[in-house]
This record gives sequence, structure tokens and C-alpha cells, in this order.
Amino acid sequence: MKTLNRRDFGFDLGLALAAAILLPATKARADDLDVHIDNFVFQPAELKIKVGTTVTWTNRDDIPHTIVSAGKFRSKTLDTDDKFSFTFTNAGDYKYFCSLHPHMTGMIKVE
Amino acid sequence: MSGDNHGDDGVSRRKVLECMTWAGTGVLWTATGGVPRSIGIIDSAEAATAAAPGMSFLQISDSHVGFDKPANPNALGTLEEAVNKINAMPAKPSFMIHTGDITHLSKAAEFDNAERIISQTKLDVHYVPGEHDFIDEEVKLYRERYGRGTKGHGWYSFDAGGVHFIGLVNVVDLKAGGLGNLGAEQLAWLEDDLRGKSKSTPVVLFAHIPLWTVYPQWGWGTEDGGRALEYVKGFGSVTVLNGHIHQVMQKVEGNVTFHTARSTAFPQPAPGAAPSPGPMKVEDARLRSMLGVASINFKQNEQRLAIIDTPLQG
Ligand SMILES: [Cu+2]
Repeated sequence: MKTLNRRDFGFDLGLALAAAILLPATKARADDLDVHIDNFVFQPAELKIKVGTTVTWTNRDDIPHTIVSAGKFRSKTLDTDDKFSFTFTNAGDYKYFCSLHPHMTGMIKVE
Repeated sequence: MSGDNHGDDGVSRRKVLECMTWAGTGVLWTATGGVPRSIGIIDSAEAATAAAPGMSFLQISDSHVGFDKPANPNALGTLEEAVNKINAMPAKPSFMIHTGDITHLSKAAEFDNAERIISQTKLDVHYVPGEHDFIDEEVKLYRERYGRGTKGHGWYSFDAGGVHFIGLVNVVDLKAGGLGNLGAEQLAWLEDDLRGKSKSTPVVLFAHIPLWTVYPQWGWGTEDGGRALEYVKGFGSVTVLNGHIHQVMQKVEGNVTFHTARSTAFPQPAPGAAPSPGPMKVEDARLRSMLGVASINFKQNEQRLAIIDTPLQG
């Protein structure tokens, strides 16, 4: 089955729908500037933020992890309870992953 | 073992193996024509005696020196126990391989501590790196210590006892969403390394992450591992050894036997048996039955292979 996304809608409809769907979600997540790593998973796996927002990752596993977005940012290796912060100054989609456990992936959408 | 049914039934054999693993007793494997057979439950001393003569070597893995969390607050201590176990073996193995994650955080002090303990075996040790050995800033500590004479990020081959050994590195250049990775340069080297080798030469490939797909959901496999296995397809006897998953697992495919070793630091859950592959907390009394070393014996000209897993405590 095809997944609906913004590209699938007409221009006007797309904007209206995007506003209807995304705004409440963004508002409800106004405090979601933290991403935790628990059990080898980034939580939340996807975050929608405004330009200028700082996101802080915390590793709550007993195993070290990293936060890497190719060409954008790269954390040091985070041991248990270590944190890494990055301020997003440009809009766009930032895919990232753990370079030690590459099956761990996440996404920051900056608008 | 009762002796009335010599494990002809695959299910019961698997059951026996399971029991032995959990009871923490050594298992002696032989392989004839690529088909492995467990000959019985034996203690490590008997195993070492049964394994001789022939060339034998040891595998240890995932020492995670520096790890100090509840699953094992003293990873250096259990490494030392493994070394004591090795030193107590009646037949000295020819050498040892370490399949990576020597350290937990690639710190100089962790490498120093590991070296101090492992050198007490007085054995030659051939290393490959785990991802935990490659996390210092400039990724140079492992290579300065163990990379001499190796190619690329640390791959190499050598011959011992008529067997061709190949140490591979599958913990660099990992791609988002992917598994372990060998890369084009290393694969080209491997193809070249095997070129001209007689197909009757037994080959042992060893790497940190399994070259076969164990459980991709947890990243337990190597993206381009199949390419490496293509190159060894025509060989009569191929053994693939790895660590990374901290538990004994074995499979046979044609002439290829895959085997993973226990960690000397902490156990990890069976695939899918927990929310994550993180360290598994077990009662203190059980920990040492889930850690250990493996010794592997080749009987020359017999295409026979015996793998003996010895836990730190039965
Ligand atoms: Cu990770």
C-alpha cells in the first residue's frame, strides 16, 4: 500500500492538510527537545522542531552509542548517561544513526 | 549421556547441546565432511587431551575491558579468570585469536589492562577489532597496538599448521540502517589473498561481527559477508569464527562451519529474546557459566575440526 505524504497531495490541499495534521502534533511536542536512547532505540525516533531549536540526546543504555548525521553532525561516543546537544540552524530533514550500531536510526525534521 | 542413541535425531542432539551450554559444560565437536557432531560432554581437561595431537588454537572474544555495569562489574576480573583457565590447560594451544571488543571504550588504559592480563597466557595472539576498539577520536589506539603488518583497517592472513587464517575487519564504515561491513577494498584483497591457494587448504575466516546473518533486527550480520563467503566456496574446509553476540551459536552450510564464541565479560540475550541486545543480567551464580573460551583443533589430513567451548565455571 502506498504511504501518503505531502508530495501526494495537491498544492493547496497539501498545505491545508499539513497545517491540520502537523500543527497540533508540533504543539503537543513542544517540549520534546530531548531524545533518549533506551534499549538501542532513539526515542522519539522522529522529532519535528523549529529552526534554532537545540536537541539533546542522552544515552541511558549500559552500552556506548553515537549520534551521527552524515556531513551534518557527529557526537563523541556517549557512555552511559552521557549527553550530546546540537542546535539546528537550518531547515531540512536530518537523518541520523549510531555509527556503532547502524541499525539504530532517527530523524529530526526542522522547519 | 545415555549412549543408547548417538544423537542421530537432530532435535535431541540440539536439546543435548542446549543443556550442555546452560549447564556450562565443555562440548567437543568434530566435523567430518563438513558435518559437525558433538561427541559428548566432557570437562575441559579431557577435551584438551582428546584434542591432541594435531594443531589446536584458542579463541577468546568480547573482553570489554572497562565495562563495569551490573551485568558484570568486573570485566577485567573475568578476563583474568579466562586466562587462568587457559594457563591450566594440559595441552598448550599453538596460539590464540581474539575476535574483538578487547576494550569497552577504546581507552589507552583499557588496552593496557587487557594486554597486561592476556600476555600472561604467553601465547601469540592474533586480533581483529570490534566496534568498541575503534571509538577513540582518531581511531588509532587499536591500530598502533595491533595493526603492525596489517592492511587497510587491520586485515591480514597467516598460515599455521597447514591452515590458512584470515582476519577480517567488519566494524568500520558502517552505514545508517545497515549491518557490519567489509567494504570493496578488503573484499578485493581477500579475493587476491585466496587466489592460487589449493582448494584442499583448510581456511579459517575470523571477524568480530558474524559474517552470516544471525539477526538483522539487532545488526547481527555483515552486509557484504556473502561476498567473502563466495570467495571461499570452492574450498574443502572453511571455518568462520566470530564474537560480538556473546553466546555460542553454530551452523553448517555446505563445507562452511560458522561458530560464535562466548564473551569473557557479559552474556547477551538470544536473538529476539529481549527488548535489545544489551548486556544480560543473570544471577551472580550463573554468570560464569555464560562466559568462556573456545579451543579449536585440526587433525591434519583428516579434514576434521573440533571446537570445544569451555565456560569459566561449570
Ligand atoms: Cu549504538
